[in-house]
Amino acid sequence: MTDQPIISDVRPATAGDYVQLLKPRIMLLVVFTAFVGLVAAESVSGIAMHPFMAAMATLAVALGSGAAGAINMWYDSDIDAQMTRTATRPIPSGAVPREEALSLGLILSAASVMLMWLASNWLAAALLAFSIVYYGVIYTMWLKRATPQNIVIGGGAGAFPPVIGWAAVTGTVPQDAWILFAIIFMWTPPHFWALSLLAHKEYEKVSVPMLPVTHGAAVTRRQIMVYTLVLFATTMLPLVTGLGGVIYGATAGLLGLGFIALSGRLLMTRAGEADATPTENKLAAGTFAFSIFYLFAIYAALLVEHLFGLSIPVSELLA
Amino acid sequence: MSEPDPDFEPRQLTPEELKARKRRNLWLGLSLFAFVVAILIITMIRISGTGAVPRGGF
Repeated sequence: MTDQPIISDVRPATAGDYVQLLKPRIMLLVVFTAFVGLVAAESVSGIAMHPFMAAMATLAVALGSGAAGAINMWYDSDIDAQMTRTATRPIPSGAVPREEALSLGLILSAASVMLMWLASNWLAAALLAFSIVYYGVIYTMWLKRATPQNIVIGGGAGAFPPVIGWAAVTGTVPQDAWILFAIIFMWTPPHFWALSLLAHKEYEKVSVPMLPVTHGAAVTRRQIMVYTLVLFATTMLPLVTGLGGVIYGATAGLLGLGFIALSGRLLMTRAGEADATPTENKLAAGTFAFSIFYLFAIYAALLVEHLFGLSIPVSELLA
Repeated sequence: MSEPDPDFEPRQLTPEELKARKRRNLWLGLSLFAFVVAILIITMIRISGTGAVPRGGF
């Protein structure tokens, strides 16, 4: 063997790099909302899943979310390398080869759908498969680089987990499951646009047509306000159907008004504009952070009500 | 198809890369084992017919 020089321009991948490929923060929200869907379905339908099957169904959702994340990182590695926020991700940093990320995404996709089918039923597995394709193909490969409505339509992918959780228990997707879907669907645009107000220059650099890039910050702030109002109305639907009780109503009502107040304040500023003050941009960052807490909190309220049998319908309180 | 280059020498991996590869293989093996065990337990539960039952059925 010759004394060939060792070429080492990339660092060896660590376990953390592979975890990063699965987008663990998104996975956390996905798993949580799927679990809430699962618990609410058990409470409403009176059907109980075997605890191990429920754990496996939840794991399948986590793996499916990770699979979609890995496929997204594989496809987007070209633009990730050019944006400060994403340049340190495993592929652009050279830790994980692109093909490896794709393989991981495909293998996890297959494993998660199979696990879901075995642990629950074909409908939940089909919904999981569809949500992976929705995020990994429809959003990542098409919508994201094609239309400023990318976040609005693409938000559907992130809204599926509670529906999948519900289907895993009952094998059906009734109206209440779609209400849980609608809440996340309406929440995604104001949540993401608050962040994109701050990151629009990066998206502009890589020609991703996010709303602030194509229509400007003022239109984006207005759209955040409109969607927050529609979101508030949507979060009231569980009170009408009886899915949410008093605890949920109080949480969604108070935090919803808080979200509206923040969006209203943001509307009055020049956040995202070239001449915006640091305080104004900080308000956009604050709205983004609050939106995450908001979704966790209202889903947590539903979880508490259904897990501990604390759901008191609002109609009973008024009677 | 081109002929293989007789002078080709594969790149030597650094000790760090070898260690990383070993660790990754170990994790892959453990994950695969856990997956197989999970499928086994799921199968046993499905055979017993208690996958999803009315509340209080366990």
